[in-house]
Amino acid sequence: MRAALLAEYRKLVTTRIWWLLLLVMVGYLVFVGAAVAASFVFVPDGAEPPLAGKDAARTTYALVNGVGYVFPLVIGSLAMTTEFRHKTITQSLLVEPDRTRFLLAKLLSVVPIGLAAGVVGQLAVVAGGAPLLAAQGDGAFLGDGDVLAGLLLGVVVVALWAVIGVAVGSVLSNQVAAIVVILAFTQFVEPIVRVGLGQVDALVGAAAYLPGGAADSLIGASFLGSTGTVDLLPRWAAVLVLVGYAVGFAVLGRLTTLRRDIG
Amino acid sequence: MSAPTLAIDGLTKQFGAVRAVDDLTFTVRPGAVTGFLGPNGAGKTTTLRMLLGLTRPSAGRALVGDREYAAHPRPGRVVGAALEASSFHPGRTGLAHLEVFAPQVGVSRARCRQVLEAVGLDHAAKQRVGRYSLGMRQRLGLATALLADPPVIVLDEPTNGLDPEGIVWIRRLLRQFAGEGRTVLVSSHLLREVEASVDEVVIIAEGRLRHASSLAELRTRATPAAYVVAPRPDVLTALAADRGWSATSDGDGLVVDGATAAEVGAAAHAAGIELHELVRRDVDLEALFFELTRPEGAR
Repeated sequence: MRAALLAEYRKLVTTRIWWLLLLVMVGYLVFVGAAVAASFVFVPDGAEPPLAGKDAARTTYALVNGVGYVFPLVIGSLAMTTEFRHKTITQSLLVEPDRTRFLLAKLLSVVPIGLAAGVVGQLAVVAGGAPLLAAQGDGAFLGDGDVLAGLLLGVVVVALWAVIGVAVGSVLSNQVAAIVVILAFTQFVEPIVRVGLGQVDALVGAAAYLPGGAADSLIGASFLGSTGTVDLLPRWAAVLVLVGYAVGFAVLGRLTTLRRDIG
Repeated sequence: MSAPTLAIDGLTKQFGAVRAVDDLTFTVRPGAVTGFLGPNGAGKTTTLRMLLGLTRPSAGRALVGDREYAAHPRPGRVVGAALEASSFHPGRTGLAHLEVFAPQVGVSRARCRQVLEAVGLDHAAKQRVGRYSLGMRQRLGLATALLADPPVIVLDEPTNGLDPEGIVWIRRLLRQFAGEGRTVLVSSHLLREVEASVDEVVIIAEGRLRHASSLAELRTRATPAAYVVAPRPDVLTALAADRGWSATSDGDGLVVDGATAAEVGAAAHAAGIELHELVRRDVDLEALFFELTRPEGAR
């Protein structure tokens, strides 16, 4: 297993796409962090800010998940789909015919890069949002225990997304299909469904079981939740739900893509 | 080096309505180069993929030594395989490609450099594979197969895309592997490509075994023939008939079937017949190969 992990890690770091995606992620999250912070601190006279104080800070910093999760998902999915796109899967399975071990190594190998993405992504959001919150709002709250916990859990969430990305890639081994589905789901389907569920009393709780909702629950704050209509799960349940998605997709990928003949 | 034998036993692969490989049985012995031959689409690659655990057989099995490929604890150390020249990440350098697979075959980074040098790619070690020519990719594939210095070597169409110099190089390498006692299986759709380097031939067509023997034995099935130019062709024709050979006119001369050039020359000399040209015109292996691999319906 150690050899398989080392091989998978080398596969990641010997290509460039990851660093490019991280760069884009940083730029994007600095911008979004600043924009959302601005919406909290620049309010017309007499109007109530949507959120203020610590809530504003926590919600801004949670954007690393709410907006940023597409990046680790794509990075993770690429780790798997690239094997099929460039047919390196043949050589990979020649040296590791145990396909379960291959998949496990692949899932675990993205954790370091996921954590790295989490750190830089979280720093980017803070870099974008904190100055505005501190200068114009009620403060950046970077010394607050709850806020710090949210920041650290944001890093963990991003790493989990990378793992889920690998699992998604094992189900959708076609690279283009995987990216299109991830983009559509994260940018369009899930936000709309979460807001939609929030409008229906009987289904309010269900939104937290969607992957993005569970991730927000783990962090303890949600951009969509800032409207006060989205319930969040307890943290332990959120972890279980996220790991459940990873395991579910991975098992599905093992039973479909990785059960088939290669070649 | 005591290398394992490859045993293909009743191997069958059904793809929907198509039986790509049909009850194939043959063995590949160590210390020799075995040519695995057949036209494109004959089922060679599917057979190799079943041998290497990439494709699951519909029936039968393929053994590397005493067990299936995937049942070896570290199969990459036992069998070095190069299946297709295009299965590289284009963004990775040649050296990085080898280093990616090095941990699982248990070799060091230094070994990667060494193998790259051995296949003549040391100058391109830091170049991205996307910029490699087809010939360079073939060499990189071979380098991947040789990483662990394995006792069994399986190469699928290794001469595709190689320049003549590269083909000669591959031939020499294959002979060297066999000389070292390794088990070597090389597929090709052209007998001519591997004729100079194989000891054994396994010929398949339409997924079925058509012929398996040593190359020498296959050669004996080819009929000898000679092309002769003589000032008195009628005398020569009579001589051929007398010896039980058939002679047919061909341009300025005659083609004598059933005799080697030496036999024709000796007979003409004994009979005092003047010859102006005498050339070997044996039914070559390629023609025999073509005959052996003709579609079932056309035979």
